[in-house]
Amino acid sequence: MTKKRLTVSNARDKIARRAEKEIIAGQIVNLGIGIPTLILKYLDWEKRVQIHSENGILGMKSHCSRETADRNLIDAGGGYIDLVTGASFFDSSLSFSLVRGGRLDIAFLGALELSARGDLANWMIPGKYTPGIGGGMELAQKARRLIITTLHTNRKGQPKILESCTLPLTAKACVDRIITELSVIDVVDDQLKLVEIAEEATLEEIVEKTDAPLMVPDGELPRF
Amino acid sequence: MNKVTNINDAISTIKDGQTIMVGGFGVPGTPFMLIDALLQQGTRHLTLIKNEANEPHLGVSKLIEAGRVDRLITSHLGLNTTVLAMMNDKKIAVEFNPQGILVERIRCGGAGLIGFISDIGIDTVLSKHKQVITLNGQKGIVESALRADVAMIHAAVGDDLGNLVYEKSARNFNPAMATAADIVIAEVESIVNTGSLNPDAIHTPSAFVDHVVEIRELRDEYGILEHHVFT
Repeated sequence: MTKKRLTVSNARDKIARRAEKEIIAGQIVNLGIGIPTLILKYLDWEKRVQIHSENGILGMKSHCSRETADRNLIDAGGGYIDLVTGASFFDSSLSFSLVRGGRLDIAFLGALELSARGDLANWMIPGKYTPGIGGGMELAQKARRLIITTLHTNRKGQPKILESCTLPLTAKACVDRIITELSVIDVVDDQLKLVEIAEEATLEEIVEKTDAPLMVPDGELPRF
Repeated sequence: MNKVTNINDAISTIKDGQTIMVGGFGVPGTPFMLIDALLQQGTRHLTLIKNEANEPHLGVSKLIEAGRVDRLITSHLGLNTTVLAMMNDKKIAVEFNPQGILVERIRCGGAGLIGFISDIGIDTVLSKHKQVITLNGQKGIVESALRADVAMIHAAVGDDLGNLVYEKSARNFNPAMATAADIVIAEVESIVNTGSLNPDAIHTPSAFVDHVVEIRELRDEYGILEHHVFT
């Protein structure tokens, strides 16, 4: 059976669209840089979620136009934003009390590598790229639920999901769910469990592109 | 007491070899005018504490590019490839902290504490050269407090007594840094008479501020960065 291929851009959008469905009405959510930020494009605001930004905002909405851009109002990635009703501002210390204190319902982050037991590596490639940690470690360790949104393989086409990470960790055993353009995978009791398969993917392809043991439940899995 | 100070007098308190905290997260809250005055003064061998290093040729990046900074204590340099390259070439020493740990170390310094214990980064390379202890059955890294000789911060409004009000996401590291330095210099976009700010609305009380410097003209650096407008 031949499946339709997604372009990288379509794949990123597909991941963001699927990730949006993880958000429950009223939740406090943080969106990392990259695919997580794309979730804003698909967010159903009827859910009245409050998006947290590390630089001291609860209730950011979306990136805004040049006309409405405010020089004092950016998200943690530097983009100009607008706000939802009920938004608040605070300093960086309180911002991380919100994270470390357990008030963040979900964090969505990207990944360079993920391990079979839910370890995350996304902050450095030794000798190549060390931009710093930012808020990543605190989000990974302390969000009540950590969902990784990432392409299934890296730019070289190699699996990002491995038996164990080779890059320096952001945090150990922190990941709850992995959403890629091919699959939704949960980390359950230090094991990876396939829970959904993309319309464009086959089980064989997912297994081939995942370099770690994957539990596949019996019967038909939901498609997305 | 009137703390309104001429910018050069305020900056002249900064000496070679000192540790300087600089407020801001991106453009909002970065004291560009104070940074430029420090650059003009020619002060060298500085240790800077700032969330990030702004972006190439902007803000503290100008000090770093001019070779005035020996050491940078920071959280993330992803938007500054120039400083990342200087770090890789060993032209500047960089210490990375998780962002919330950086601000908490500053907050502790300001609160007269020696340090605190946190499990952030406990299973990572960050714990390698730090003391790890067990308290109440939980393993944590001992994080030391941070203080500076001088803090340079930015506020929207100040009064001549030194009370400060920040605006929107320009608050960020400024309130914590205002508590954690021997000398605190605040640049403000407007100075109002003492008594005209609502006491309930003051973010940093006057006791923490030594010098209030008025920004007479908001230069381009304070404005919108076109490459960050996405729609």
